[in-house]
Amino acid sequence: MATAAAHRTARTQPHTAQDDGGGDEAHQRAFDATVAADERIEPRDWMPDAYRATLVRQIAQHAHSEIIGMQPEANWITRAPSLRRKAILMAKVQDEAGHGLYLYSAAETLGVSREELLDKLHTGRQKYSSIFNYPTLTWADVGAIGWLVDGAAITNQVPLCRCSYGPYARAMVRVCKEESFHQRQGYELLLALSRGTPEQHAMAQDAVDRWWWPSLMMFGPPDDESAHSAQSMTWKIKRHSNDELRRRFVDICVPQAASVGLTLPDPDLKWNEESGHHDFGPIDWTEFKEVLKGNGPCNEQRITQRRRAHDEGAWVREAAAAHAAKHTSRTETEQA
Amino acid sequence: MTTTTRTDTNAAALALGDDALVLSHRLGEWMGHAPVLEEEVALANIALDLLGQARILLSMAGDEDELAYLREERSFRNLQLVEQPNGDFAHTIARQLYFSTYQHLLYARLATVDGPFAGLAAKAVKEVAYHRDHAEQWTLRLGDGTDESHERMQRACTALWRFTGEMFRPLAGLGLDPADLEPAWLESVRAVLDRAGLAVPEGARSGAWRAGAGREGLHTESFGRMLAEMQHLHRSHPGASW
Repeated sequence: MATAAAHRTARTQPHTAQDDGGGDEAHQRAFDATVAADERIEPRDWMPDAYRATLVRQIAQHAHSEIIGMQPEANWITRAPSLRRKAILMAKVQDEAGHGLYLYSAAETLGVSREELLDKLHTGRQKYSSIFNYPTLTWADVGAIGWLVDGAAITNQVPLCRCSYGPYARAMVRVCKEESFHQRQGYELLLALSRGTPEQHAMAQDAVDRWWWPSLMMFGPPDDESAHSAQSMTWKIKRHSNDELRRRFVDICVPQAASVGLTLPDPDLKWNEESGHHDFGPIDWTEFKEVLKGNGPCNEQRITQRRRAHDEGAWVREAAAAHAAKHTSRTETEQA
Repeated sequence: MTTTTRTDTNAAALALGDDALVLSHRLGEWMGHAPVLEEEVALANIALDLLGQARILLSMAGDEDELAYLREERSFRNLQLVEQPNGDFAHTIARQLYFSTYQHLLYARLATVDGPFAGLAAKAVKEVAYHRDHAEQWTLRLGDGTDESHERMQRACTALWRFTGEMFRPLAGLGLDPADLEPAWLESVRAVLDRAGLAVPEGARSGAWRAGAGREGLHTESFGRMLAEMQHLHRSHPGASW
């Protein structure tokens, strides 16, 4: 901590003043010391360009995932089978829009704009989580998404609450609180189905069978194939490796599946006394790569809907801007 | 109030509950399609408020899920205004402006009348004040925005005008005469349209084809399709719990 404090003056030099007396090396040392001391990097601090770029990519992708992630669930809002479930689902989708807004704001502290990021999403230059390219075919999918997809997201995001970049870490604290609520609701939805009629139980099992493997893929490629992992861990953007988080998630899910009365679709899944973890079967990385490349079941549909909402809303945004401009000029005229 | 029967109260609760339920459902259709992210949040928020009101009101009249999912089109008592399809954003906003102005006046009054709706109205009036403000702000932005937004907003206000008279038809069991709200509603809507540079629509305000139609269970054609979607899953599993 003392080291970092000693470097504070150096590290708070504005990003644009890189060639002052200290130079990049002094900034880099201060940055490294801050990260090493587990302190936070804040928007006005100097940071390596690659750190900034990695964060923009990751936070934007995270924000995009919240926005695209509204679609598979919103698909069931108009068909929710009880008013209580409908209210829960609406509140959840609303929260996701809110998470998207927090995250775009966090990204904007790094010098990009929401418009620019949305444009990159719409033109396929930035990605969103591969999981949202799977379709919600039955009501039980809403529960499976809550339990497994939100569960995987939380496993990924809780460590991000301690990420080295302050605005991202703080956004994650807020996101995780709501996310864990969603996860419990999803689990409770599946429990109701599992204990319901035979048809409802079968619906729940079918949903878990379809969402289990895609959920495991949410942790990203295996450690030996993960391009950004090592650097992100050095920068303390990431705290744990993909495989480590995936294993943690499996260990959490196995007893939960048992208590909800559903099975996980993996014949190789079994407790390993020696490692103290569950062993599980191989993930179909070919499918993962295909989905990432845009060849998943809903890639085309998700982006088309997002683009259409944006394009069809253009006149509304233009109207709001024109109205605001008129209002400003009227106020100025009145004041003159 | 002494002449108000339990049946009348149920009927009024059902009518107000159906208004809230159906409009909430329509707004729910916007999710994932709104013009800006802030409106994803705002429209969902309004939809949720309305759904909350619907659940309280329907529970006053019976079992909320039975009433929402197992009645057919001819038994729904909502206004034809709230069942109108979303259309473009201006159309949705015009529907919100007309309805939330009415609902705000109605709940503000009901909150002061010592009757079965006072408790609900006292809570809901705060939510509805927000809905009304949202609709008024957007009416101003669209009416006094670009040429295109002005034209769309004018078209929407005019298209929905004929459904507004139904709001002021008598409703047994309510404890007040909705007709008493009409002058304040007209004055308020006129003032907003005026500020937005929009013409107050001319022509009849007597419902689609008969005054009081929705309240009598006479709906417009798109409503049956909306219910088919809303009720399909629930009806596919008779007696199931969710």
